[in-house]
Amino acid sequence: MAQYLMIIISAVFINNFILSRFLGLCPFIGVSKETKPALSMGLAVTFVMTGASLITWLIYRFILIPYNLIYLRTITFILVIATFVQLVEIFIHKVSPGLFRAFGIYLPLITTNCAVLGVALLNSEMFFREREVLANSFSFSLLQGFFSGIGFTLAILLMSGIRERLEFAEVPQALKNIPIAFIVASLMSIAFLGFSGFKL
Amino acid sequence: MKIWKEFKKGITIQNPTFGLILGLCPTLAISTSIINAIGMGISATFVLLGSNIIISSLRRIIPQEIRIPCYIVIIATFVTITELIMKAYSPGLSKALGIYVPLIVVNCIIMARAEAFASKNGVIYSIFDALGMGIGFTIALIIIASIREIFGQGTILGIPLFKNFEPVLILILSPGALLTIGLLIGLTNWLKLHKK
Repeated sequence: MAQYLMIIISAVFINNFILSRFLGLCPFIGVSKETKPALSMGLAVTFVMTGASLITWLIYRFILIPYNLIYLRTITFILVIATFVQLVEIFIHKVSPGLFRAFGIYLPLITTNCAVLGVALLNSEMFFREREVLANSFSFSLLQGFFSGIGFTLAILLMSGIRERLEFAEVPQALKNIPIAFIVASLMSIAFLGFSGFKL
Repeated sequence: MKIWKEFKKGITIQNPTFGLILGLCPTLAISTSIINAIGMGISATFVLLGSNIIISSLRRIIPQEIRIPCYIVIIATFVTITELIMKAYSPGLSKALGIYVPLIVVNCIIMARAEAFASKNGVIYSIFDALGMGIGFTIALIIIASIREIFGQGTILGIPLFKNFEPVLILILSPGALLTIGLLIGLTNWLKLHKK
């Protein structure tokens, strides 16, 4: 039980995907100007990350390892993720046009979001040792996928709140927009450093 | 002289990191030491060069509708080659860069060059475009890594620089990366504003 809790806390706070691993910075800077789109983006990423963790675990465990194809990991994962995102897009478009309007435009962007490929690669590195499958690796992978997405959502949501206020602040001309966003992110990252060394 | 122009733009005005603000994830994550920065720069340049050559020579064969998946496969092939070479010949660097080597696949710089340049221009121009962009990216990485290593650890390429120096630890940690890149992009903007 403690192990599960540790994975959750680590994925959301200690090794936050944006603020500590620096994965998924493009949407973090690009879509964090307002709260609503930021939330949609966060939820879309969480969904895709969980799905990608599930699919890549199955492929790694049942295809790549038994057939000695681990060296094809990068190619397989990126293609599977790209296809999965396309499928999700088509599916949402058919089933719920309202939801499609809410985060349809963000889905294609997610394909090249390094956070999604990053979580798949991390899972394959953390919960497998070479060709050996470690205990509970399936549930750990799913948990890590989902809660890394939650960590991403938390960070982008906090950021969008700050940036909405920043619109009214007097920022030097050269630092406007992107540079000040990075400096704010740096301050947030300092706050998140407070979680490091946290042990159960 | 068009070749020289294509080569130069990646290093100067269209520098991928400071000018176009692309490919930041690896830039921030691995810039804790200059060695890592050089390793990452060379790997990315190699992938960029390989994928630009193949994509520009196949640009008339690849169908318009499925070009993105084709590009991804070509790029992923070169990334896998880099990964295997690095694991074989410099396992230390491979361990230090970790998952950021396979993540070169989703580095926006490579996709952006494939889409914006290699798919429209000939092989020779694409080679110089890739070299310029790659070197520009490497230089940017080295600049960021130098700032973080010199002030955060007091060393340069692992050699101690100062005698009595209390390193600014925050620069080596993750907030330091965000702070450095923010200030450097700010500086680039300031230079652009003052040129006019």
